[in-house]
Amino acid sequence: MASKFSKETYLYWYELMQLIRQFELIAEEKYKMEGKIRGFFHAYIGQEAIAAGCMTATKPDDKFITAYRDHGLAIAKGVSVDSCMAELYGKATGCAKGKGGSMHFFGKKENFFGGHGIVGAQIGTGTGLAFAEKYNGTDNVVLCYFGDGAARQGILHESFNLAMLWKLPVIYICENNNYAMGTSVERTSNVVDIYKLADGYEMPADQLDGMHPETVHEGVARAVKRAREGGGPTLLEIKTYRYKGHSISDPQKYRTKEEVDEYKAKDPIALVRDVILNNKFAAEKDLEAIDKRVDDIVNASVKFAEESPWPNDDEVLKDIYVDQNYPFIVD
Amino acid sequence: MARSIAFRDALREAMSEEMRRDERVFLMGEEVAEYNGAYKVSQGMLAEFGAKRIIDTPIAELGFTAVGVGAAQNGLRPVVEFMTWNFAVLALDQILNTASKMLAMSGGQISCPIVFRGGNGSAGQLGAQHSTAFEAMYANIPGIKVVSPSNGYDAKGLLKQAIRYEEDPVMFMESEQMYGDKMEIPEEEYYIELGKADVKRKGTDVTIVSFNKMMKVALGAAAELEKEGISAEVIDLRTIRPLDWKTILESVKKTNRLVIVEEQWPFASVSSEISYVIQKEGFDYLDAPIRRITAADAPLHYAPNLVAAALPSIERTVKLVKEVMYLKK
Ligand SMILES: Cc1ncc(C[n+]2csc(CCOP(=O)(O)OP(=O)(O)O)c2C)c(N)n1
Ligand SMILES: [Mg+2]
Repeated sequence: MASKFSKETYLYWYELMQLIRQFELIAEEKYKMEGKIRGFFHAYIGQEAIAAGCMTATKPDDKFITAYRDHGLAIAKGVSVDSCMAELYGKATGCAKGKGGSMHFFGKKENFFGGHGIVGAQIGTGTGLAFAEKYNGTDNVVLCYFGDGAARQGILHESFNLAMLWKLPVIYICENNNYAMGTSVERTSNVVDIYKLADGYEMPADQLDGMHPETVHEGVARAVKRAREGGGPTLLEIKTYRYKGHSISDPQKYRTKEEVDEYKAKDPIALVRDVILNNKFAAEKDLEAIDKRVDDIVNASVKFAEESPWPNDDEVLKDIYVDQNYPFIVD
Repeated sequence: MARSIAFRDALREAMSEEMRRDERVFLMGEEVAEYNGAYKVSQGMLAEFGAKRIIDTPIAELGFTAVGVGAAQNGLRPVVEFMTWNFAVLALDQILNTASKMLAMSGGQISCPIVFRGGNGSAGQLGAQHSTAFEAMYANIPGIKVVSPSNGYDAKGLLKQAIRYEEDPVMFMESEQMYGDKMEIPEEEYYIELGKADVKRKGTDVTIVSFNKMMKVALGAAAELEKEGISAEVIDLRTIRPLDWKTILESVKKTNRLVIVEEQWPFASVSSEISYVIQKEGFDYLDAPIRRITAADAPLHYAPNLVAAALPSIERTVKLVKEVMYLKK
């Protein structure tokens, strides 16, 4: 089949998705086998096509904000792989100086606004980022990501209303992986098509297949165009799937292995790989070279993290106030 | 007959016993039913009580808290589980502006017998948003009671009391890090009154007051101090509001020295309140300033060394006790 997207786009998607996946696979190993990473760790594995499609449909000045399942989007935005791995290790060289951990990656200069742990909170904060863009008269947009579970928080409704009222340049992206921890979407609402939640505010909305960067790109590009032209927000419900448990400690009794396998059969990386080979955008050996490059980057990040120093203990009272002379209570 | 069970089992027994006794009691929260509880506190309760009484909610803390508060005003006795108290912040409006004030606003007509419970405080390297200890903040609110037990035995008795006998909203604060702690607990039913501190260790030289998982630090410090011939009395508050300051005062009359160990932030914390009451009521008995160890005056960071540096430790407690005893080193 002839493709609408260029060879370069496909190769970019392939490499980005591989990078995110291999980063998480090795990090998970360091967590489970060596205990070098601690705390909650939520893998993005299975959802990478969303990051890929969103990247090609936006420009670097556009801002991303998401929840705790944040590794993929941080890497996509260009937060360095070294600093991401170091953050997981809690090292001073991490993208949040070892203060955030897995759930709180940040990269202000890369326009990645985190990394948020309270389910749904960033729906409102992302709306505020968009408010500032409009206020400043830029043509930047904000991609504001949240889960299917987060879609049931009240803040979604207040944010949608404000964003429509003020026509803010925000794209709400619900990454619907069908589960909020152990709770499937149909157990959380009478409305299982999350994109329909936009109807109450007459907000444009779309439901997209999230296992293909192509469909993600197209849907996001339409929404981005509208937002840049002053047309206001869009809700995109992107259907995806997480292959791993909710977090590392999840025994996953709420779903069957068959269900997981069914989605793995439509793996976005394998699909993109097929398109590349079928269209002769690259040969097997070229893809192997990409895989090798990705492995090198990821392995180097592990070395970097392991060799990096811990933050100094006096960092406990740093980065709490911008005010350098703040009088902390120290007993 | 006693048997050894985990903290989480003790909590489950408390809820299940009260649910068997009283049809009006139900449990509601995220993942409490089909998942058997995010921390397995409610394991098996769906199977016993069914979906009418063990209720999974969407992630909608403000909404389901409000439903609980309304149901309590209208004749039911809800137990609402927060996956952790960090998420209850979204529901604070219902707790502070409605539940705590109903009786006052209605001139005594409408009460709100509801128990909110869940893990509280830090639980390892979970980062700033999952690590707040909320006892002091809730204890600031008139109209509610705040319980924060340190072991399974106390937790069971206090939770049963809260569900069965308390007619006012109770905030019940557990700890993810204690759910697995095992302890001998009697088969027979028992209740523990709220508002009563418990002397967990007798001593004569210094009084250490603590609660929740920081009791481990307090007791650990007392054990260390004993090796050096210092006898510490350790008091477990168990209930934060109302505060049983009389038990602390009685101890201070004997030891003349007070150290408080807590995981709260220092500003207007539980130790601030204790210090005020004890200096007021026991000024003449004090031979040294009241001192405390709190969590650092900062959000908790992720890195393991920063977690360790920010939280109270046995070492720091031992050192502080020696300071109030005017001992070198
Ligand atoms: C306000 C709040 N409530 C509960 C939690 C605990 N929690 C963390 S993730 C999660 C499930 C969220 O699911 P979803 O929004 O679908 O995102 P996904 O994990 O699938 O990416 C829950 C209940 C939380 N972090 N914040
Ligand atoms: Mg989900």
